[in-house]
Amino acid sequence: MTIDTLTAGALARNLVGGDVTDANLRRYLEGIPGIDAVGLEQRAASLGTRSIKTTSKAWALDRIIQLIDLTTLEGADTPGKVRSLVAKAMVPDASDPTTPRVAAVCVYGDMVGDAVTALGASHGDPDHGGISVAAVATAFPSGRASLAVKLADTADAVSAGADEIDMVIDRGAFLSGRYGLVYDQIVAVKEACRRADGSFAHLKVILETGELNTYDNVRRASWLSILAGGDFIKTSTGKVAPAATLPVTLSMLEVVRDWHRLTGQKIGVKPAGGIRSSKDAIKYLVTVAETVGEEWLTPHLFRFGASSLLNDVLLQRQKLTTGHYSGADYVTID
Amino acid sequence: MTFLEYAPAPESTGLLNLKDSYGLFIDGEFVEARGESFATISPATEKTIALISTASDEDVDAAVAAARRAYDSTWSRLSGRDRGKYLFRIARLVQERARELAVAESLDNGKPIKESRDFDIPTVAAWFFYYAGWADKLDHAGLGANPSSLGVAAQVIPWNFPLMMLAWKVAPALAAGNTVVLKPAETTSLTALLFAEILQQADLPAGVVNIVTGAGATGRTLVNHPDVNKVAFTGSTAVGREIARSLAGTSKKITLELGGKAANIVFDDAPIDQAIEGIVNGIFFNQGQVCCAGSRLLVQENIHDEVVARLKERLSTLRVGDPLDKNTDVGAINSAAQLARVTELTAAGEAEGAVRWSPSCDLPSEGFWFAPTIFTNVQASHRIARDEIFGPVLSVLSFRTPAEAIAKANNTPYGLSAGIWSDKGSRVLAVADKLRAGVVWANTFNKFDPASPFGGYKESGYGREGGRPGLAAYLKPAPLGSSAAAPATPAAPATPAVTAPRSTSARKKAAK
Repeated sequence: MTIDTLTAGALARNLVGGDVTDANLRRYLEGIPGIDAVGLEQRAASLGTRSIKTTSKAWALDRIIQLIDLTTLEGADTPGKVRSLVAKAMVPDASDPTTPRVAAVCVYGDMVGDAVTALGASHGDPDHGGISVAAVATAFPSGRASLAVKLADTADAVSAGADEIDMVIDRGAFLSGRYGLVYDQIVAVKEACRRADGSFAHLKVILETGELNTYDNVRRASWLSILAGGDFIKTSTGKVAPAATLPVTLSMLEVVRDWHRLTGQKIGVKPAGGIRSSKDAIKYLVTVAETVGEEWLTPHLFRFGASSLLNDVLLQRQKLTTGHYSGADYVTID
Repeated sequence: MTFLEYAPAPESTGLLNLKDSYGLFIDGEFVEARGESFATISPATEKTIALISTASDEDVDAAVAAARRAYDSTWSRLSGRDRGKYLFRIARLVQERARELAVAESLDNGKPIKESRDFDIPTVAAWFFYYAGWADKLDHAGLGANPSSLGVAAQVIPWNFPLMMLAWKVAPALAAGNTVVLKPAETTSLTALLFAEILQQADLPAGVVNIVTGAGATGRTLVNHPDVNKVAFTGSTAVGREIARSLAGTSKKITLELGGKAANIVFDDAPIDQAIEGIVNGIFFNQGQVCCAGSRLLVQENIHDEVVARLKERLSTLRVGDPLDKNTDVGAINSAAQLARVTELTAAGEAEGAVRWSPSCDLPSEGFWFAPTIFTNVQASHRIARDEIFGPVLSVLSFRTPAEAIAKANNTPYGLSAGIWSDKGSRVLAVADKLRAGVVWANTFNKFDPASPFGGYKESGYGREGGRPGLAAYLKPAPLGSSAAAPATPAAPATPAVTAPRSTSARKKAAK
């Protein structure tokens, strides 16, 4: 599944028509058709009006849970906090054993060991019923550190057992037009995701769309991240507002769709931050299904980065089963 | 199951409170017609919804007489401020009953509920709100101080946006101080009759708006009635031509909004994903039964294949089916006659050598359905590139330079609307300048606002609806020598006070 660095490099050179330099990247990225913001937002809004009811809603709620990266990213995180997050990930709703598990827990790099220990036998690939451990790395959330520090941060998390690395791009470099630098850093981080056995931790590239400001920038950064070998493109750190929005996610899905058309490779998308209600999350599922196709609605190709979303989904799920709404006290806070 | 086969999400018809049969709305009351009744059916199921009356010549006479009485005794004497109050009240009642009106519209017309709910009915309310605001500001309509109303307006509207076309016609007419006799299209009279109930609820003085139903003969009698001062028609160019001919030499003022064959021009630097959405919206909105539909797609040749490929992919995600399902994108064709016309023209397209493509979609067995269709390899001489199809059928042509795009876009007897897709602002402005079309949309399509005038060039008609020109179409300058500077004072004794509306909620809102 993971895209290896050699193939990615060859493909990138082939597409940009030469070495991956600032000039070549700029010519390539700026040659991609632009985005009309009004039209994009209108399309996202119209996808948001789909009415998902009864059996479709039940399927959607379960699938949302299976796509969640249950996240805690606080300075105050402790091993105890991570253990309770993991417990929630394994048993989201103690009152209903049919509730599926989430895809992964997402923590800071130094908490990876605690998460792995807490998961125990449940640690594994979400496609086979396991729960993965994702770690944010590369001087998350700002990314303002030397490359050496970013690589050490990444390698550290991978060696502690992280299955997935959520890196941030250097937005400063991107906004000042140094596309080559952003590219090289992603390639280097990808290399740092390589494990001793030669396999790779999955690399999610966070664009921090709230700082990129325009949809054109989001589209270029998406192409750049995919060219450099990212397995996933992710909207936000959750530390900058606005975080994930439906139009931003739609624009990233369109890149993923075009990349698939171009190369046959399937890249994942992860909106993160700000998705709190089932209703919002269902709009994302609709947008994915109607933009790239339903086959993208698997943990390897789509994730929600969220913390409070899970409980709202559980409440909606209980409502579907029992026919009435309970309240926040009928689901566990973590 | 697959997620994309969304479970049915039908809008409930439970809130509809329809009668089995409807009379004519004359002088503030529903009255029985002298003509035969006919059934209005749901085009999605062919089931009868209600019986509608045919207004005879005598009925039309009675309606025009009622409108004349109301004009002389009431409406022309009310102050603009009071007329505005009634219009605001109507607008609020439309909003209040929006869901009901949307369901009735989708049922009777066949358009998807998401369009009637999110576009038609909100636009209706917006139109009444907008012209309500104009009612006491006629001095600023561009005709000098104290312009006067025309008298009785005969209005004949089409079936593609039944209630919205009613609003486009009725709101400016009333704001300007005219009274109205309106004839809805025979296949879609239902919401006009529900609107008559709203007028009763709003306590609009009797006779200010009269609604006569029936087919072409009723409309012909109405527009030719000698006591009518203004004729406003939206519909086919053939009928518009007939009206223009019969009205020539009379003193009636006339506004015609007729057919179109709009060019939607896509340049190679267009924001491609949004352009695809715009093309889809331009031609498949309301099943393409839109006079300003972007039915001729002009694509720059170097991106032709890519655009067509993306378009086909996007079309495959359109949901065709039950208009009352909230997830339906494309509903039913309005009538068997229209379906026959679309079928005939598309057959001609194939016969002339264009390449036809439709996504695979299961069409219901009952009702009038036509799958979204694209024709490629279309030449400018083909009928599908020249005739208005008025259905979900897109003809794709290509061009090489902006000059060629402009020439091809203008090469039509129509001139209602056009679209331009390009990231380059200077090109958009330069091309828009040379297009002979009443409305040019840039990087969007089918956008309407009450403040924006709408109308055509050439065989698309004359006159404008919407905005200040739409208001001026129902006004004439104060006669020379009249005391134009004097404010329009209502004749004190004859002026009826604005009565309190019957609806409680309207009263509450009116009080605010």
